[in-house]
Amino acid sequence: MYIWIDGTGEGLRCKTRTLDFEPKSIDDLPEWNFDGSSTHQSESSNSDMYLIPAVMFRDPFRKDPNKLVLCEVLKYNRKPAETNLRRSCKRIMRMVENHQPWFGMEQEYTILGTDGHPFGWPSNGFPGPQGPYYCGVGADKAYGRDIVEAHYRACLYAGVQICGTNAEVMPAQWEFQVGPCEGINMGDHLWVARFILHRVCEDFGVVVSFDPKPISGNWNGAGCHTNFSTKEMREEGGLRIIEESIERLAKRHMYHIQAYDPKGGLDNARRLTGHHETSNIDEFSAGVANRSASIRIPRSVGHEKSGYFEDRRPSANCDPYMVTEALVRTCLLKEEGSEPTDYNK
Amino acid sequence: MATSASASLSKTIKQQYMELPQGDKVQAMYIWVDGTGEGLRCKTRTLDFEPKSIKELPEWNFDGSSTYQAEGSNSDMYLIPAAMFRDPFRKDPNKLVLCEVQKYNRKPAETNLRIKCSKVMEMVADQHPWFGMEQEYTILGTDGHPFGWPSNGFPGPQGPYYCGVGADKAYGRDIVEAHYRACLYAGVNICGTNAEVMPAQWEFQIGLCEGIDMGDHLWVARFILHRVCEDFGVVASFDPKPIPGNWNGAGCHTNFSTKEMREEDGLKAIEDAIEKLGKRHEYHIRAYDPKGGLDNARRLTGRHETSNIHEFSAGVANRGASIRIPRSVGQEKRGYFEDRRPSANCDPYSVTEALIRTCLLNEEGEEPTDY
Repeated sequence: MYIWIDGTGEGLRCKTRTLDFEPKSIDDLPEWNFDGSSTHQSESSNSDMYLIPAVMFRDPFRKDPNKLVLCEVLKYNRKPAETNLRRSCKRIMRMVENHQPWFGMEQEYTILGTDGHPFGWPSNGFPGPQGPYYCGVGADKAYGRDIVEAHYRACLYAGVQICGTNAEVMPAQWEFQVGPCEGINMGDHLWVARFILHRVCEDFGVVVSFDPKPISGNWNGAGCHTNFSTKEMREEGGLRIIEESIERLAKRHMYHIQAYDPKGGLDNARRLTGHHETSNIDEFSAGVANRSASIRIPRSVGHEKSGYFEDRRPSANCDPYMVTEALVRTCLLKEEGSEPTDYNK
Repeated sequence: MATSASASLSKTIKQQYMELPQGDKVQAMYIWVDGTGEGLRCKTRTLDFEPKSIKELPEWNFDGSSTYQAEGSNSDMYLIPAAMFRDPFRKDPNKLVLCEVQKYNRKPAETNLRIKCSKVMEMVADQHPWFGMEQEYTILGTDGHPFGWPSNGFPGPQGPYYCGVGADKAYGRDIVEAHYRACLYAGVNICGTNAEVMPAQWEFQIGLCEGIDMGDHLWVARFILHRVCEDFGVVASFDPKPIPGNWNGAGCHTNFSTKEMREEDGLKAIEDAIEKLGKRHEYHIRAYDPKGGLDNARRLTGRHETSNIHEFSAGVANRGASIRIPRSVGQEKRGYFEDRRPSANCDPYSVTEALIRTCLLNEEGEEPTDY
């Protein structure tokens, strides 16, 4: 099953082909193509687009020996499609390989019914206010755990680096974490984890939404907090490097905000209000154990003076290639200003 | 009948996913008591190995501002693994891990009553204190009404339901059966179940447990009950008086003995213990529910097989007393006694600690001694 990101930069598409052999590595998989005019990616008059296999996983739905194949998309002229953000990310990651950049992303999401209303919510109303649901247990606290359990097990089977789950603050909202992943793997594993979640929800007859603010008002939004470290940060005294990185991030807040959701910041504007454990979208802030800041340094990292930091700005529907690339450009390649540097020149 | 939307998700589909092999990865579900002192929370992490003992499990942390335990500006709290069980929901090799909670400064969280209990239990380890707790609970629909009750009314009066059988007597037995089996699998010391006096009310007993194990096993048994009820789409309530009026409340009768009490003529040690308890009634009442006695005030009325909250009493085979000495113990002149005061939503660490302090450490007065 070949999987790719469509023209929206958020939607996933998939189609299957039969092979006469079991591929042992990604190199065994042939290129393919599809009709880009049906995925918001091209005009009908010139709609063939190429699928270039990038990463392979076991298929938890059809099981062994079947495969899931995450692909990059090329236009008819072999240039990357507009929403193929993997190409650029991969180049950037190669440039900083020796820094061993590790990522962990905390993907929040909301389960909706096919009517668009959050799963388990009364059909013409709201549940009791937030408070009892975070990490909750019980039919009155946790809505839709079956999906979470099925998704966790499917990801483990597939070989996706899923490292945890928890119920979130809003009822019917959940989170899973993928990581630690080095370099380009972060984006690959997160996109496949998202695909698996969509497929699992499809089987159960519900829908997963990565909208960053599905219900307005006094209900939490959905983010994709991104944890980041380099070899230097993880070594003794690494806290100093962490603080330097945060200083650079502080000077480039707008560039990152543009990179952290698929609409250049418009989606996150509904979520990053300064309430509900978010920072305000217009201001950059950082602090130890502070969940209202843009960047949070975990308390344990503050004590041990080495480790990692958490960028809490990315929205749930961010492109992980774009997020991880932005972090590397600013913190490791030391870029400045509102535009990314073009290393081809 | 108000069951949750989750309960109608396809369990066949879920089963297909749960049968997928997980390689060498292990899921560990960390469980803790939240800021209310009654609520349980849980989250899971993947391990690359199967832990063989509690020592192999790493510390973790969580956002205490979302569990009534901290402010947002300084919300990291620590989870310290304390007791490990097999996971009856995800099955082997996966684990349930009961944790203690510490604040950002490594001091115990307010509702972490395990740490003090553990210290007190260590002080009296040579007396081998054994406990058995009888956990009563009520099954409710998601509408908050007792499960199986007519939606805008009441069942017939109490009488036929206690240990009853039949669809007109026993409401929700599936939950009880599933919970019992899940506890046995997990390694929780569940020693029995019975239907209770009020319809949709049930009881399970945990024991024999020595020392700190009592609190550990009871909290995990409660977690398993909440999870089982969640799967069935109903809710377990430990409220001590869920329905006012001529309907039984829910308690957590606590059976207690020491090596001395279990030996020949142990009845004397039992009577000594009861005398000490008789002088410290208020202190125990405060320790026996999470609101310092306010919850139990709705339950301990002197009717419905309870003692009155304001008076201490004890007697052989007397279910209207604070302390009941079983008739067999009265006859054999040794054994154990039953403290009937703890409410269903008590913290078992608090209850067992109080019994030790008064009966074995000979404490007196309103406050626990600071050792």
